[in-house]
Amino acid sequence: MAQRVGRISPFNITALALGMAFLYLPIVILIIYSFNASRLVTVWGGWSLRWYHEFFNDRAMLDAAWMSLRVAAVSATIATLLGTLAAVGLVRGERFKGRALFSGMLYAPLVMPEVISGLSLLLLFVALNAERGFWTVTIAHTTLTMCFVTVVVQSRLASLDRSLEEAAMDLGCNPVQAFLRVTLPLILPAIAAGWMLAFTLSLDDVVIASFTTGPGSATLPIRIYSEVRLGVKPEINAICTMVIALIAVLIVIASLASKLSSSQGESAAPP
Amino acid sequence: MSARRIFAQPARYGAIAPYLWMVLFFLVPFGFVLKISLSQTAIAQPPYLPVFDFSEGWTAIKAAFAQLSADNFRLLISDSLYISSYLRSLAVAITSTLILLLIGYPIAYGMARLPQRWQAIAMMLVIVPFWTSFLIRIYAWINILQHDGLLNKILLALHLVSSPVVWLSTDTAMYLGIVYSYLPFMILPLYATLSKMDPSLLEAAADLGSSPRQAFWLVTFPLSLPGVGAGALLCFIPIVGEFVIPDLLAGSGSMMIGQTLWLEFFTNKDWPVAAAAAVALLVLLVPPLLLYDRLQRRTLEGGR
Amino acid sequence: MSRQSPEIDIAKIDTATPVAPAAAAAMPLLRIEGVSKKFGSFRAVDRLSLDIKAGEFFALLGPSGCGKTTLLRMLAGFETPDEGRILLGGRDIAPVLPHERPVNMMFQNYALFPHLSVRDNIAFGLKRAGMARAAIDTRVGEMVALVKLEGMEKRRPDQLSGGQKQRVALARSLARRPKVLLLDEPLAALDKKLRESTQLELMELQRRLGMTFIVVTHDQEEAMTMANRIGVMDAGRLEQVATPRDLYEAPASRWVAQFVGDVNLFDGEVTSREQRHLTIATGDGGAIVVAEPSQPVTETAVSVAIRPEKVKLSRHGPASDAGSSQAINRFEGVVTDVSYLGGSTVYKLKLDSGAVVRSSMANAARLDIDVLSAGQRVVAWFAPDDCVVLER
Repeated sequence: MAQRVGRISPFNITALALGMAFLYLPIVILIIYSFNASRLVTVWGGWSLRWYHEFFNDRAMLDAAWMSLRVAAVSATIATLLGTLAAVGLVRGERFKGRALFSGMLYAPLVMPEVISGLSLLLLFVALNAERGFWTVTIAHTTLTMCFVTVVVQSRLASLDRSLEEAAMDLGCNPVQAFLRVTLPLILPAIAAGWMLAFTLSLDDVVIASFTTGPGSATLPIRIYSEVRLGVKPEINAICTMVIALIAVLIVIASLASKLSSSQGESAAPP
Repeated sequence: MSARRIFAQPARYGAIAPYLWMVLFFLVPFGFVLKISLSQTAIAQPPYLPVFDFSEGWTAIKAAFAQLSADNFRLLISDSLYISSYLRSLAVAITSTLILLLIGYPIAYGMARLPQRWQAIAMMLVIVPFWTSFLIRIYAWINILQHDGLLNKILLALHLVSSPVVWLSTDTAMYLGIVYSYLPFMILPLYATLSKMDPSLLEAAADLGSSPRQAFWLVTFPLSLPGVGAGALLCFIPIVGEFVIPDLLAGSGSMMIGQTLWLEFFTNKDWPVAAAAAVALLVLLVPPLLLYDRLQRRTLEGGR
Repeated sequence: MSRQSPEIDIAKIDTATPVAPAAAAAMPLLRIEGVSKKFGSFRAVDRLSLDIKAGEFFALLGPSGCGKTTLLRMLAGFETPDEGRILLGGRDIAPVLPHERPVNMMFQNYALFPHLSVRDNIAFGLKRAGMARAAIDTRVGEMVALVKLEGMEKRRPDQLSGGQKQRVALARSLARRPKVLLLDEPLAALDKKLRESTQLELMELQRRLGMTFIVVTHDQEEAMTMANRIGVMDAGRLEQVATPRDLYEAPASRWVAQFVGDVNLFDGEVTSREQRHLTIATGDGGAIVVAEPSQPVTETAVSVAIRPEKVKLSRHGPASDAGSSQAINRFEGVVTDVSYLGGSTVYKLKLDSGAVVRSSMANAARLDIDVLSAGQRVVAWFAPDDCVVLER
């Protein structure tokens, strides 16, 4: 053990420590200040839950939060379903016509600037004369997040030992049964992780939601964004802390789930 | 037929739904962007004149093609506002990507050299911020960077500065925000390649007479180039079109293309110009997108 | 946990197809007729024909890439032949999907379902067959006892050792009582000691169940130990199908002679035939007398194969009472290399004619006073009956 550690130079340790501090310190400070009693966000006035009270009495904020949670839950669920099907198609579908287009359409949104995705979807909704609100945002978020689900499930599926499916068929399963009884249970942790990723991405998005939502149905990030433009408000700190807490709970659940079935069925060596 | 093909058929049928979804909600909308970028501005709801009306059939389509105009693109080229925001986007994206590489590489390298047990934890620590809200993390920085924020307080307390420094609404703050938000995207692909590297390669290099520094530059770094490429693309492409970070952290002096697009769309209600800006941005991003698509396919599909 | 009766009566475990000996002789259980499989332009299996009888332990032996695994996968149904037929009990099974074939496979990496317990892995195929719960419990109990895994039923595959995993895989593939059990390198993942004991257990099991086993292996010792018959494959074709003994003592080609065991090969031409003996002039000027094979040699250009352990060696040549016929092929030369292998020692000689010959001598005594060493002049000899004449 000492020998292994000895191979890491002080430079490595410093780089790691600074990197982690850079990533986490701002969030920690934000959480601490959400419990600040003072209205002045920069003056410490003692511990208090005042800003949490404020949020729960803010009708508009609560509506936005409820809208966001609904959009996130619905879009993540549809995205998980579609994304898993897409991943299975890409990994198990072998070569088929339009495969390159399909994979391109699935990978591009991962990096596509959100202003482009948002604008293009809005123009589609306008052309289709769709009423903008819950469903347009949900569809937009589904489109974006299913690509993330696809990538997560795809990498798990690709590392799965194919002889497991063959063994299932050898023992009397037709292809669909083999998928449901052997493949699906083994990729379930990845599917769950995909859902949670989709959920948090939806809960986080400002730009696409701004384009695709209609009047009177702002999401939480849109509300936060418009408040933040005007400056720091302690109530926002409280809201952000609650969002972080929600996500933290999801991450803990996800990591526990993946621990239960971490590297099951991975192929020992690539063929 | 082989066992693979036995599975292929149902797998392809399953992919029909997501395929249609992506065609409808990803591919088709680009057609609308292109179409509207070529039409005239109107003071109406929606604020553009439709290029053609499907109900009038073929003659309408012919008439529509006659009406197409490149006016919006001419505007983009002639107005220095667009040109400069275009160039600024590129400059910011390139600079940020370089900074991200300089910061991300040592971190990823340090992670890859940790004992196995700690690597998983470090990996988790890098991924978690990616899950927490991006907007919240930018907001957290505003907390720290504002006029009477924590940073200025510390600097004043240490007597490093005599009066509060203006951090917000500067390029420094914007770069800080970008680097902060995109760091995990840079670290993860770098770590993925660095951790897969066989440590005996370095031992072999040492055995053949390289100093640790030479071994790094002659062996480790060249082998990590695919990760460098992946990380750079993963950061560069979205940063070019970034809107929220420059909007919240940078000054109002000069804008990035994403901000210009937003301004034209939401404030000036000039949809055709916004669409033209989107097309221009997309054209700029096509080469890196194609490169990224190839890279992604190689990593996810084993180079097929 | 309800245990089954501790002593499983093996006689009760019937085989799926009790074939009468006479019928088996008339019609092989498995007939492969001119089967080919191409991957792109590469012919993995090339117009191959083979009959396998019920109750046989058959080994497909060959170097990696020879097509043996592809052939096995065609029998399991994971690959479909491009041409030819596969008849199982007289029925063409080429169009039958894997899950509908009365054939089961034991996978090289075992392919145990990691999310299921040992019990559920073994029961997997039985459930698919729609067997009643009670019957499944009984059968799983039998199988667990058969592979000696009592008490492990509730474990997950990742809680098992390599040898235990191998047993679960075996039990799982046997549980459905297939007409043919296919084993893809069943012992490759085990270490040497465990491999040897498992070989014997597999043979014992096959004998008791009377089932037909087809095993794919690249390990000739393994094939020779376990199988009744061996098919040696190279480049998609069967080079020879024979019992282990015939394969070694009467190889059908230069390739088989070289692939199975160690061999000395001399190229030459037949110069005379008399008294059921052939004289072959070798390229380096020497001559070898061999017994005329039962199949007449038609070509004049031939190779003579002689196994190293049949080449005798001593300082002064054969003792006078060895008989003159034994010593017809007598050469002198110098020892150039000595490799001590424990049970035997391999000597490399350079004959005066220039040819290089290997001789393997059993180390029958612990203390050998007459040890040969490099540089010594020796006499080597071998009998005409020990030579095999092969067409080039």
